[in-house]
Amino acid sequence: MVLVVIIRWWLLLAALMVTTMASAEYADVILNRYAEKEGMRPVIFPHWFHRIRFRCKVCHNELGFEMRVGANDVTMSDIIDGRFCGMCHNGEVAWSVENCDLCHSGKNGLKSGIFGGHQTGGPGHW
Amino acid sequence: MLMVVMCCGAAHSDTPVWKSISDDGIHDPDNPAISLLQEPVTALSILPFDTAGNQVLWVRALQEGYIDPRTNIYPDTNIKVLDLDIIMPRTGSAKYVRFPHRAHTEWLDCSNCHDAIFKAKAGATPVTMLKILSGEYCGRCHGAVAFPLTECDRCHSVSSATQPGVVKGQ
Repeated sequence: MVLVVIIRWWLLLAALMVTTMASAEYADVILNRYAEKEGMRPVIFPHWFHRIRFRCKVCHNELGFEMRVGANDVTMSDIIDGRFCGMCHNGEVAWSVENCDLCHSGKNGLKSGIFGGHQTGGPGHW
Repeated sequence: MLMVVMCCGAAHSDTPVWKSISDDGIHDPDNPAISLLQEPVTALSILPFDTAGNQVLWVRALQEGYIDPRTNIYPDTNIKVLDLDIIMPRTGSAKYVRFPHRAHTEWLDCSNCHDAIFKAKAGATPVTMLKILSGEYCGRCHGAVAFPLTECDRCHSVSSATQPGVVKGQ
């Protein structure tokens, strides 16, 4: 009886965790390799917002973003020098780097990765 | 069992529901700039509805002109769209896969898949569902950003009596 109750609670807890994880928008990416260590909030990159405005090929071909979370070592100096996000986030195509909070908008403690209810999760990949 | 039900519930919904950015579990609600960010519901609710992923049929949204995302930043980038389908036969007891190049190349460049992920020759790449589920091959995008792997029939869409290989686009 006690065991059944424990299992039920565990399942409920697991379900709640899944619900919480799945509440981000599908394909939202968290970038927190450097941000929090440098005293900034983690960056949230929303794929949905960008793909309305740009096809995948713009960032994943022209700008050189690898199609794998964690495979792109993006630093703020890269961006200021016009690489990666900085190709557009320069005050001409999109908002410039002075608008820190628009990108550095995540909760502290988030791990880098892709969120939003994907159904796969190969070890070490996401 | 409950967890399985909840997982499916998270992946599928019959009526579109987009969480507000201030309540999505990842954005910091104390960020003073949060009200400046576009809400998913504002942008996505006017696009063709899907039951999975972003709840948007992205390919249809593009093809039917709901959105017109830029194809390039550099003026001299060569934009290529290929209208050939590949019938993939190594599917076990499932239906064969019909891979449409057109829907993919309208979004992606050839070099995104060829030759690092897929060899540019039908049948030359050892794709398996297990690898896809681990984030390889089609799973690089499907399950991460393109429609998720719960949508079996969208890829496994043709009879196993179909001749494998390269066919004209639909």
